[in-house]
Amino acid sequence: MTALVEVKGLDKAFGGVHAVEGVSFSVEAGQVYSVIGPNGAGKTTLFNLITGLYTPTKGEILLNGESTLKLEPNELAERGMCRTFQQMQICMNMTAIENVMLGRHLQLKSSLFTTLFRLPSLRRNEAAARKRAAELMEYVGCGDYLDTEASAMSYGALKRLEIARALAAEPKVILLDEPAAGLNAVETAALEDLIRKIADQGTTVMLVEHDMKLVMGISDRLLVLNYGRVLAEGTPEEIRQNPDVIAAYLGG
Amino acid sequence: MLNTFMQSRLRGLVILALILIILPAFLGNPFHYELVTQMAIIAATVVGLNLLVGFAGQISLGHAGFFGLGAYFTGIATGTYGWSSVPALVVGAVVVGFIAWIVGRPILRLKGHYLSMATLAVGFIIAIILNNERALTGGPDGMPVPAFEVFGWELSAFGSYSLLGIEIEGFQAWYIFASVVLLVAVWFALNLIESPIGRALRSVHGSEVAASVVGVNTAKYKSLVFVISAIYASLMGSLYAHFQGFITPAVASFEFSILFITMVVLGGMGSTFGVILGAVVLKLLPQVLADFQELEHVMFGLILMLTMIFMPKGLLPTLTAFVSKKMRKKAGGEA
Repeated sequence: MTALVEVKGLDKAFGGVHAVEGVSFSVEAGQVYSVIGPNGAGKTTLFNLITGLYTPTKGEILLNGESTLKLEPNELAERGMCRTFQQMQICMNMTAIENVMLGRHLQLKSSLFTTLFRLPSLRRNEAAARKRAAELMEYVGCGDYLDTEASAMSYGALKRLEIARALAAEPKVILLDEPAAGLNAVETAALEDLIRKIADQGTTVMLVEHDMKLVMGISDRLLVLNYGRVLAEGTPEEIRQNPDVIAAYLGG
Repeated sequence: MLNTFMQSRLRGLVILALILIILPAFLGNPFHYELVTQMAIIAATVVGLNLLVGFAGQISLGHAGFFGLGAYFTGIATGTYGWSSVPALVVGAVVVGFIAWIVGRPILRLKGHYLSMATLAVGFIIAIILNNERALTGGPDGMPVPAFEVFGWELSAFGSYSLLGIEIEGFQAWYIFASVVLLVAVWFALNLIESPIGRALRSVHGSEVAASVVGVNTAKYKSLVFVISAIYASLMGSLYAHFQGFITPAVASFEFSILFITMVVLGGMGSTFGVILGAVVLKLLPQVLADFQELEHVMFGLILMLTMIFMPKGLLPTLTAFVSKKMRKKAGGEA
């Protein structure tokens, strides 16, 4: 199998601080790949680098064998990469379903002419997009909020909405940045089922998460970061028994 | 059936059309018609500006520059070079759209106050050029503009016409023309907003990061909406020039730009019908306040201040929220 996402010698410095230093790993298609580590270990920075929001100081990132260094986030989305954020990025000036329909942006190309005259082809595509968005909202468990203003929704529902939006783009790989943060036990269990469902349908999932129970339960492989460097990499079983990891986490 | 109508997306457009049809019953003299026709043309301009400001969350403090360019393109092309009105209007809009695209590429990278400053400067530059190029524009003295004309048929505020067998005056014909233009401008704006393009525009406002990670090329959409709003301004500037029959660089002035932006903010950013109300109120207020004589400007400023303090979302959104709250209360009381 070839790697879907490959990271080689990645380095990101903010002034004198190396947020990410010499990180290499590869994610194969269909895996659930998690990145864990203490606060400030560089997990979110790593995600921002992979999704094109930051430019690396050194190193290389390949998506399907193609270097992503010169690509903007929207161009990465065109190549099948989509993500959610730790600090949720929801368009509060829209309804819930419009946020999800935004995720179908790349599938909904319409000319300015078609748009201004609202030709039948646009109406058909919009109706189809709305239907698909409604299905996805049902799928992630916020089907009750279709036409609710996003600004009126609860934190947990918005977290799921953000996943629905990312899924609407039909990505090959979806990056979830702390999806369980701020969720209660019931919501976290629902999230675990959801991530499993996404992975079972063939979408590669990359996950940054603090909830160890969640991570150990669903990941195929794990990357442990500490102070921006790779501390360990392997299956959940290997990580659990790694003395360095135990030391970093338990301060042993 | 009334319910389905009230929820349909064209409800507002139908109501606006009805108002425009009924309005002449309340218009007594040519001056009233002139005022309302100006309102319609300016309302269509701010509907375009609202796409940029209210929906895409950008700002332009120099929009009168594009309005003025459209007005002068028409004035020079039809007056000096004898073009017909429609080609002048269309070519003017294309030229202004192109200028907006060239200017917009670099300045739309800026955000907030910096973008305000840059657009302000664009407006100033255009006003200075119109003031100084005397040979072309007549400088600060302005220039006359011929009547609107299509295939030799002239639409002049001073003519008289027959419409479906009814004799109407030129100013009434202009009112009808401007009303139709406004309705079309609103229809286009509504269609644009409720489309994938419109969603992308609103997402640039809501969260640029979210927009980009789902594939929206935010720079491209900002340029697009900047150009569209400039084209709206240019087209309306052209019509304004024909209607007024005489233009001065004041049409591109800073004061005019601020007036446009104030109409958007006062009426309700992101509400197409709200900004029309904003245009109506800001055109009417000086007439109403004329009784206060030297205190006119003080009253004008005071009203704007109070509206912004007590209705920060703008006139129409605040009023609709108020009415629907009342109605819900009433419905709740009956149930």
